[in-house]
Amino acid sequence: MAKIKGAVVVDEERCKGCNLCVVACPCGVLALQPKEVNDKGYHYAYMKNPDDCIGCASCGYVCPDGCISVYKEKQ
Amino acid sequence: MAEEVKLMKGNEAIAHAAIRYGADGYFGYPITPQSEIMETLMEEKPWETTGMVVLQAESEVAAINMVYGGAGSGKAVMTSSSSPGISLKQEGISYLAGAELPALIVNVMRGGPGLGTIQPSQADYFQTVKGGGHGDYRLITLAPASVQEMADFVKLGFDLAFKYRNPAIILADGIIGQMMEKVVLPPFQPRLTDEQIRAARPWAATGKTKNRKRNVITSLELDPARMEENNIRFQAKYREIEKNEVRYEEIGCENADYLIVAFGSMARICQKAQELARAEGINVGVLRPITLWPFPSEIISHYADKVKSMISVELNAGQMVEDVRLAVNGRVKVEHFGRLGGIVPTPDEVVNAIKEKLL
Amino acid sequence: MNDIIKPENLVYSKPRLMNDNPMHYCPGCSHGVVHKLIAEVIDEMGMEENTIGIAPVGCAVFAYNYIDIDWEEAAHGRAPAIATAIKRLNPDKMVFTYQGDGDLAAIGTAETIHACNRGENIVIVFINNAIYGMTGGQMAPTTLEGMVTSTCPYGRNVELYGYPLKISDLVAKLDGACYVTRQSVETAAAVKKAKKALRHAFENSMAKKGASLVEFVSTCVSGWKMSPENANKWLQENMFAKYPLGDLKNI
Repeated sequence: MAKIKGAVVVDEERCKGCNLCVVACPCGVLALQPKEVNDKGYHYAYMKNPDDCIGCASCGYVCPDGCISVYKEKQ
Repeated sequence: MAEEVKLMKGNEAIAHAAIRYGADGYFGYPITPQSEIMETLMEEKPWETTGMVVLQAESEVAAINMVYGGAGSGKAVMTSSSSPGISLKQEGISYLAGAELPALIVNVMRGGPGLGTIQPSQADYFQTVKGGGHGDYRLITLAPASVQEMADFVKLGFDLAFKYRNPAIILADGIIGQMMEKVVLPPFQPRLTDEQIRAARPWAATGKTKNRKRNVITSLELDPARMEENNIRFQAKYREIEKNEVRYEEIGCENADYLIVAFGSMARICQKAQELARAEGINVGVLRPITLWPFPSEIISHYADKVKSMISVELNAGQMVEDVRLAVNGRVKVEHFGRLGGIVPTPDEVVNAIKEKLL
Repeated sequence: MNDIIKPENLVYSKPRLMNDNPMHYCPGCSHGVVHKLIAEVIDEMGMEENTIGIAPVGCAVFAYNYIDIDWEEAAHGRAPAIATAIKRLNPDKMVFTYQGDGDLAAIGTAETIHACNRGENIVIVFINNAIYGMTGGQMAPTTLEGMVTSTCPYGRNVELYGYPLKISDLVAKLDGACYVTRQSVETAAAVKKAKKALRHAFENSMAKKGASLVEFVSTCVSGWKMSPENANKWLQENMFAKYPLGDLKNI
């Protein structure tokens, strides 16, 4: 069975680094930038393990700031 | 069409005039001596004819906030109450002024402070013209002296409120509210349609259409520089109202030696006192402010150079007298005479006060 | 990855009606998620031009900055009275209030109860995070027993301050209320469920079924002094016991 492929795009400037998307991701795709910060000083979320994303959008649903877009390859 | 002359109470006249004005909504809470306003509206069932909404709220606080909500959606809405209930409405009135919303409020004053009495009083003058609620705002204040004016000031109040996007109040008292007189009711005018409202009141929260930004009705502005700008704009508007909207009645003031200043029901009693005084050779004029804010300071100032002294006659311990003194600015003596707590003086008492304090 | 990121593959993004203004809420605050759901439901119902929201006093006082519809800002607790008039004067509009627990369950209790009891055709969105967030974390009527806030620094003592107020249970008893439900937004599954509840409430209001109240049992990371993740755990372990999720009434 071919793996479903997804991708997450984070609006880095809108992100407040709350980490809820990281917690919500069932595949361990996301993490907060360990060093980089945005203009507000937040360690924003990014795809640490992009290959594992299945495009389930759990991160998007729980994101309080609407900074996540999720893409999923149509099978 | 012949004039429709009717006999009714001042409170009833307000209700009929509101329907005829094409008001969209009334939100109230019962309190003596003004309950006939809502009772008459409920009896008339305008929702079946003009479409006017009439709702008895759970409190005066809710009622004034219903007015805020309705006014924010561009509708012509009103509430009425009496002194203790008007105290409860002060929060909402301040928010109306802060959000620049037009609305009509009616206060049929009774004696206070506190629960006080249900008898007539004019002791809410300060509350009405000096603020009442918090912040630097002004309330367009109309003081009717007859049942006819109760009816007429509904339209005037609404028109001024919409002209300046500011709340207006009819400051009546228990006498004007309860007494029956003949009145010619104003003609019916249709309520504005939603399309007309959207065109005439583009600021209102009527649903955001694609061709404009969202409308937000609010008095909040946390940036002090912008909040100051808002206040400066309000003050400019208030100066405009002071310039354009002062209303008063002069009754035998020309060549008078003494001037009575009185509003509302007291102005009527003072007219009788004027007759009695003149019969005794005391030449008294009566100046009746119709707008208490904006206050007719200029005309009072004018008479300060003509009369020997003035007396402000009020159903309170001396409130409007302060504005009369400000207008006169020390040029002549200004005295006060009033009865308190719901007692209404007779014309004789007023004449005696003139003799004691002015002669 | 760049092969995947193309418009036809988009499955989730910020709701169209949520604008680009940065939200003032603390990181991890439940308000943002609920805002998104409201924006999505209004859009999906095609009611963008016909919705009027009433913003409260409290953290959500600036809700009107984020969802691109017409709004009125209420005095503290008065939103249901304001909504009452707007809906009665504009019956074809979709009208909702957005209120916190201090606003709705303390200072605005009378307005809440009476608007619901009159069966006003409005939606009340109720954020219950058991604390006053905006003013700095004071005790709310919904604060849990033993819970520490800045005005009960030794924990809420029911002998002194009474019991946590389950106001949705009160509202559910009212004949004018057609739908009362408790939802949460701490997991993706909960968010999806909550959106359905919200949509049902908005549909009720347009179907003239009466008042609908959707309570969101929520977190307050700053008031609770927890990380967003820990706040969600605390929510599940403590808040849900007092404020169990699910429909209290649905007729």
